[in-house]
Amino acid sequence: MSREIPEHLLKTKRGEPVTMLEAISEALFEEMIRDESVFLMGEDIGIYGGAFKVTRDFLEHFGENRVIDTPIAEGGFTGAAAGAAHMGLRPVVEIQFMDFISPAYDVITNYIATSNYRGAGPQPLVIRGPVGGGNRGGPFHSQNVEMAFFHTPGLKIVYPSTARDAKGLLKASIRDDNPVIFEEHKGLYRAPALREVLPDDDYIVPLGEARTVQEGSDLTIVTYGAMVHKSVEAAQILESEDGVSVEIIDLRTLLPLDENSIIESVKKTNKLLVVHEDTRTGGIAGEIAIRVSEKAFEWLDGPILRVTAIDSPVPYSGSLEDYFLPQTDDVVKAARYLAAY
Amino acid sequence: MADRTGAADPLCRTYAVSDSTYGLSRAELQDVYRALCVTRAAEERLELLQKQGHVSGGVYRCLGQEAGAVGAAFALRRRTDGTGDMLCHTIRGAGALFLFGGELIDYFRQYMAKGTSPTRGREANVHWFDFDKGFVGPVSPLGTMIEIMAGMTLSFRLRGEDRIGMVFYGDGASSTGAWHEGLNFAAVQRCPMILMVENNQWAFSTPTHKNTRVSSFTEKGPGYGIGAESVDGTDVLAVFDAVRRAATRVRAGEGTRMVELRYFRRKGHAQHDPHPQDYVDPDLIRAWEKKDPLDLYRARMLENGWASEEELVAIERETFDECREAAEAAITEPYPDGPDAVTDVYTDQTTPHPWTRADRPDPTLA
Repeated sequence: MSREIPEHLLKTKRGEPVTMLEAISEALFEEMIRDESVFLMGEDIGIYGGAFKVTRDFLEHFGENRVIDTPIAEGGFTGAAAGAAHMGLRPVVEIQFMDFISPAYDVITNYIATSNYRGAGPQPLVIRGPVGGGNRGGPFHSQNVEMAFFHTPGLKIVYPSTARDAKGLLKASIRDDNPVIFEEHKGLYRAPALREVLPDDDYIVPLGEARTVQEGSDLTIVTYGAMVHKSVEAAQILESEDGVSVEIIDLRTLLPLDENSIIESVKKTNKLLVVHEDTRTGGIAGEIAIRVSEKAFEWLDGPILRVTAIDSPVPYSGSLEDYFLPQTDDVVKAARYLAAY
Repeated sequence: MADRTGAADPLCRTYAVSDSTYGLSRAELQDVYRALCVTRAAEERLELLQKQGHVSGGVYRCLGQEAGAVGAAFALRRRTDGTGDMLCHTIRGAGALFLFGGELIDYFRQYMAKGTSPTRGREANVHWFDFDKGFVGPVSPLGTMIEIMAGMTLSFRLRGEDRIGMVFYGDGASSTGAWHEGLNFAAVQRCPMILMVENNQWAFSTPTHKNTRVSSFTEKGPGYGIGAESVDGTDVLAVFDAVRRAATRVRAGEGTRMVELRYFRRKGHAQHDPHPQDYVDPDLIRAWEKKDPLDLYRARMLENGWASEEELVAIERETFDECREAAEAAITEPYPDGPDAVTDVYTDQTTPHPWTRADRPDPTLA
């Protein structure tokens, strides 16, 4: 083991900008230094450093007892993480691609999510990994998994859109006593536009708090993940071409849902468009719409609309995937329709 | 025509019984008998409580299997300060739960869904937890518990703690993916744990030969690179001896091991399955009655002079009385308040109450 901190994990210390992926690596590394009970499990995270290199050089620094390469068995090692969490450890497991979380669905929903309620005590663990399309990954390397777990009381679900949020939210997730599913959009991992200089301190971003990306007065877009950036692009077009002022809310945490931020914004703009990369039926837009109906019906001046992926598996070919995924132009068109309503 | 296992089942055999005490003192040998008697008396009391309408959920007997849980648990280090070995028992392993310090009154509170139960009425029967005493209740898909115990015992190895874990499951759970993934993980990581497969020949109504092609579950061990041993599960001291042997090897750093308990479930899957003769040959049930673990051990104690008839009768009376008193005390205790359902889903937030239950129903309270 080497006690030297690898160069590539000191960019924030040096005041250099980092990508979202580097921000995630820094969060993991700093939490492992801060708290000896934090350890990692996952496939190929050791000598290889993870499929996306999130844990590059971690094995050398922390050793095999804290960076554990596992068999290909998401259920097995996620269940083992639950057992370790019972005994006071704080495991962070990496699902190589979140599409592969399905074998762990049983232990996550039946065991981990119910543990505290059943009197078996808290489950302070994080299940993290890459999600999302646009990388021509096809049906099994591109999915968003949030809604498979959104319906399960006892879980928290986090989905950051910036480097700064990713680092602060991951630290908060590791310190949270509840189980957290942490989704990292692989299209944002190394996106040059997302590189930013992070505060050189031990900041966290609290779970359950949305962020107002930009204020506006004509309509509200509620979104998260990669769609935050497409929504911002769309808002710029709407501002310059139509003179429409858009307010954008980045949820950041999906569970618990920051309902107040949504309701307050709707009461201000009176119109709501939900944009998510996940597929349409059973997407989070439905839950948001009913909550607004319950709590802000009389403030609405138009229908609640949504822009989402289509209800299909994620296709491989670029032309198909681009059609499948919501694009900036879709957001512009939906917002124009709503603004004119 | 129901598919029934034939009466020529090879497992219903009589094995040579040792007169060895396996190093146990006279008092310990009697404690073993007491644990067997508590198990049976508690379950018989449960049947009564269920008939009286006090048990809202299922009652699952382990008739004929009592020696498995008792013998195995007796071989582990049982402490109350969170430094001993860990047990994950099953619905048919109450004897192990009691030996690890699970209180009789809590057992009845759990079955009766009382607000005073360890899970405050959220969970049923033996599904409860005490990390100081060292037991973790199962979830119903039992294969999952192999994964959980793998992680608990992984923490022992990572921290260099001199502790081991033991997880019970049935022949049916051995078919699940979770069982495979958990065992493979444990074997690779040298997790200090013992898998206790209770081969009682039935997964609900499904006979073992429809769950697996192996004739003994020990044949699965080599596929994972772990050692396995099979033992007559009706012989409480043989179980104790086999598990103590396994525990010594696991504790010495060998990693994961498996012990198969061979016996026979003489009741239906649960009390709501009262006619097992529909899928089990009644002759087979009668044959296994002759291998009742309590009868066998009682006779052996008398034969070897480990206890007098008077001492055994006293144990039987005491355990019967303890169960009756605990059950009667639990009966009078309150059920949980309905609104308590919203707490503890998370450690740091409360789930909203239904808005229609407010004094003045208002959807904005949703």
